Amino acid sequence: MAQIIIPTPLRKFTDNLATIKTNGSNIQESMLDLATQYPEVKQHLFDESGALRKFVRIYIGDEDIKALQNENTPVEDNTEISIIPAIAGGIA
Amino acid sequence: MRLKIAPNALEEMQKHAEATYPNECCGFFYGKDGEIRNIEVAKEVTNSKEGDQRRRFEVSPLDYLKAERYADEIGQTLLGIYHSHPEHPAIPSEHDLKQAVPFFSYIIISVMKGKAEVTKSWQLDDAGKFEEEEIL
Repeated sequence: MAQIIIPTPLRKFTDNLATIKTNGSNIQESMLDLATQYPEVKQHLFDESGALRKFVRIYIGDEDIKALQNENTPVEDNTEISIIPAIAGGIA
Repeated sequence: MRLKIAPNALEEMQKHAEATYPNECCGFFYGKDGEIRNIEVAKEVTNSKEGDQRRRFEVSPLDYLKAERYADEIGQTLLGIYHSHPEHPAIPSEHDLKQAVPFFSYIIISVMKGKAEVTKSWQLDDAGKFEEEEIL
């Protein structure tokens, strides 16, 4: 069980909830549980192969899961997972 | 979608766009969502793009986290992102579209010869295309 903090742009797919409690012992299971609870959010998080989208970053507290054990990073009851959309753009 | 931008927030975005010229600037804005989106606060953020910042901007994940936390702190909603297009029109590029997320307003400031000239706002529609928002 962990808590996932939903970024503002995706809250319209989670009934406007900012925090969702999820089941799972690691990041992968927690994210999949989120997608099961709110199927509309799934396409914004996972690609067709089921992998996390390139434009989505996952943090635990202030730490990127890439610096931990990626999707296999274990979570506990009080773990706060943040979903962060990549923000970029420009003329070209 | 229609937007109302508080004069001081608009001024802050435009001044930021001029100050970073010829590079692109970026920042977030906050306010209240509704039938009309009211933008009350603009806050600049570091363009963390490595390399040529005259054509690109990027916000670091940690700065994004801080922006969400700041919205909570001030009791407002994170409504979108602004950035500048130096020597280009205030129209989203292919690159802007590729990286865009739903819900957010994307304010683009066209800066010509160092002066902020045109400010427009855009939002993704349900088909994933940018639609211009009316700035009241």
